[in-house]
Amino acid sequence: MILDYETLKVVWWLLVGILLIGFAVTDGMDMGVGTLLPFLGKTDDERRVIINTIGPHWDGNQVWLITAGGAIFAAWPLVYAAAFSGFYFAMLLALFGLFFRPVGFDYRSKIANKHWRNAWDWGLFIGGAVPALVFGIAFGNLLQGVPFHLDDFLRPYYSGSFLGLLNPFALLAGFISLGMLTLHGAIWLQLRTAEPIAERAKAVTKQIGLATIAAFALAGIWLATGIDGFRVVSEHIPNATPNPLTKEVIQEAHAWLSNYGTYPLTLLFPLLGFAGLGLSIVGSLNDRPGWGLVASSLGLTGIIMTAGAAMFPFIMPSTTHPNSSLIAWDAVSSHLTLSVMFWAAVIFIPLILLYTTWTYVMMWRRVTVEEIQAQDHLAY
Amino acid sequence: MLDSSMIELSRWQFASTALYHFLFVPLTLGLSWILVIMESVYVMTGREIYRDMVKFWGKLFGINFALGVTTGLTMEFQFGTNWAYYSHYVGDVFGAPLAIEGLMAFFLESTFIGLFFLGWERLSKRQHLGVTFLMAFGSNLSALWILIANGWMQNPVGAEFSFETMRMEMTSFAELVTNPVAQVKFVHTVAAGYVTASMFVLGISAWYMLKGRDLAFAKRSFSVAVGFGMASILSVILLGDESGYEVGDIQRVKLAAIEAEWETEPAPAAFTVYGNPNNDDRETHDAIKIPWLLGLIATRSLDTEVKGLKDLMAEHEVRIRNGMIAYEYLELLRGGADTPENRTAFEKHKADLGYGLLLKTYVENPAQASEEQIQLAVKDSIPEVAPIFWAFRVMVGAGVWMLLLLVLGFYFNAKRVIQQQRWLLWLFLFSIPMPWIAVETGWFVAEFGRQPWAIGEVLPTSIAASSLTANDLIISISGFLIFYTTLFMIEMFLMVKFARLGPSSLHTGRYHHEQSGHAGGMTPATAPQKPVE
Repeated sequence: MILDYETLKVVWWLLVGILLIGFAVTDGMDMGVGTLLPFLGKTDDERRVIINTIGPHWDGNQVWLITAGGAIFAAWPLVYAAAFSGFYFAMLLALFGLFFRPVGFDYRSKIANKHWRNAWDWGLFIGGAVPALVFGIAFGNLLQGVPFHLDDFLRPYYSGSFLGLLNPFALLAGFISLGMLTLHGAIWLQLRTAEPIAERAKAVTKQIGLATIAAFALAGIWLATGIDGFRVVSEHIPNATPNPLTKEVIQEAHAWLSNYGTYPLTLLFPLLGFAGLGLSIVGSLNDRPGWGLVASSLGLTGIIMTAGAAMFPFIMPSTTHPNSSLIAWDAVSSHLTLSVMFWAAVIFIPLILLYTTWTYVMMWRRVTVEEIQAQDHLAY
Repeated sequence: MLDSSMIELSRWQFASTALYHFLFVPLTLGLSWILVIMESVYVMTGREIYRDMVKFWGKLFGINFALGVTTGLTMEFQFGTNWAYYSHYVGDVFGAPLAIEGLMAFFLESTFIGLFFLGWERLSKRQHLGVTFLMAFGSNLSALWILIANGWMQNPVGAEFSFETMRMEMTSFAELVTNPVAQVKFVHTVAAGYVTASMFVLGISAWYMLKGRDLAFAKRSFSVAVGFGMASILSVILLGDESGYEVGDIQRVKLAAIEAEWETEPAPAAFTVYGNPNNDDRETHDAIKIPWLLGLIATRSLDTEVKGLKDLMAEHEVRIRNGMIAYEYLELLRGGADTPENRTAFEKHKADLGYGLLLKTYVENPAQASEEQIQLAVKDSIPEVAPIFWAFRVMVGAGVWMLLLLVLGFYFNAKRVIQQQRWLLWLFLFSIPMPWIAVETGWFVAEFGRQPWAIGEVLPTSIAASSLTANDLIISISGFLIFYTTLFMIEMFLMVKFARLGPSSLHTGRYHHEQSGHAGGMTPATAPQKPVE
């Protein structure tokens, strides 16, 4: 154990962030592609082209989501417990949406029947759009605080309703999430397909991108003016044994802006969000989708970190019992567990990046209708 | 106290979605290695038929794998959605192997599986074999970490309860990983997966032989699978799970339940072949026993006794009473009376805290339980015996049946006369469900046999669930029912369709349905072949 407990708590906040960003950049892109599938592909061959650009990678990409879930379970067990059980039906909705993807990708091309394939196309659309929307909605609710409390034995009780999750601000957050992933997916398609799909993808990046930028700006203004943040008012004891019931938390206006005031460098995150999305549109329109993809990846990173930095150290604030709020200091696992997992992450994340890159290099090409027709029985 | 019908429904949902997930996992574990063997032969000999074998069995592998991934997602979500208190109480220990599984194994398997299917044209022969190997290695490594997590539920080593954080905390990662229960479970489970895949390939290959089609393809597939299956079933049986039954109270209870052994018998204990175990009478009616056999199977010795359920329950009663004291001090400590005396008293009894929590089903504060409630908790401290007793016998029966088939198949295949043993080929075809019966009943024995515990001796299932309502569960179960039934029908439809099509589904022009006008007799795959690309 080289790192002390306090450091590891921050490191794990960052690592969960990295895993979520990894998810958005890779699997989020696949979700964007799924969302666009029925609209950008006019014929069956064209849709197969779209699917086969992500065909070899979607499964590996999805593991970012699974690992992010596993890491939250292991590093922030109480967050995993309270959020997943509290957002019960929202989580099931995302899960049922995700169901459509593995079977959609693998089963669609197995039978050459128009209705069969059409049905799976809409399945892949649901599998892309619904989870993207739900994860954004979940973030939107975390920013507003969630009605829940912990009893003396740390059992979480959620007192809200499913429909309560679908409030206007959360829906806006859902829209941002869906928009940024769809933009990201469109640029990917521009990069990896040929005409006419690439042209169609290019044609939508501007609208989706601008709408997402506008929504992100609106959410920022809304957050700054209309949504009360949370603040820990009791003294912070470094390296303390985690106990989410001993602190004192208040809800107050502008609290979500305080980190940006205290650490002005964090303002780079919203800036990166705007600049990334903006440059991705520029890249796309100037036929430089490779740079566009880099820019949209940075844009996603900026947006996710903007929300994270606004809330830090809060992860899941409670509106009904603010003292029950889960924060990065007290919702965490033990020093040993964080340490073991830290080393696992340090060893394996670079390794994962290495072999994932290799698979992208080996499969890199523009997928064309001709190729799909030549490999009718091999391709997805 | 949580709503008991909600807990029942949560258990139903978890058990049925886990059993469903486990329909697809064993085939993935085994078939991936069979693909590695076939592809190795292809790379070494350059014979196209082996590549076709990899591609065809790979197609069926893919149909199965897609549902494995789909239903695996449910498993990850469900700990949080439905077992929130479990997630809090043991996430510090249980979450780690799951997260490491993702980082170390699942990434590996999933990243390379895409190239396995779609990389044929873009990778060299050796690169593709490497990809297939990494996919198989990843999926088996994944099973290792999952079973480390599961082994910890059965025998929670390397962890300790902390009253300050109100949860179990890891004290030794090494102990968690080297948990003897996890080790034997891993060997037993993956080997069972290998048998499953072998029986699958054998049954379908047997059908091709019976139909007299694609004989060269079918015979080679049969040969690979029968050798692999023979080695695997011997591992399942010889390195069976029993050696893990000596460790920890939960495993001892499970063993006694499997044998419906109420009284501790003098060593070596008899094996009950038939009987009607009854939890209320604490007796097994109409039992037929074979002397000595259980002692030999369970303890591998003639002088170690297998403890009976009544004696185990007597031990549990002592521990429940201890647990009540532990709970009393826990309340004091959590309530702020954190004195050295209270800490010492709690530490002294805390190993039995879990037993005290068993009383939560009957009373809000276990420290104030009545004598009657204690007796009810004692009765709850062992699982319902009859289902375990029977599930175990079904599993062993299916295992022995497969052993016989594999021995015969291996023998006739070695003598190169397997095609003439039509009766045996029919038996192989109709035995395709056998491995699934064995693995599902095996899962049931392991997990139902763990009851009343979510984490053995630590956390009762009855308090592990989320704070949901029965209504929430009815809605979610209905959702799963609709999705899983539909997906199952689609999967079976595709599986049967492609199994019937056989290697003709590859559209190479070399196989049965692509030849004009003849069925049996000819072996199209050995006919002049197109050059390798």
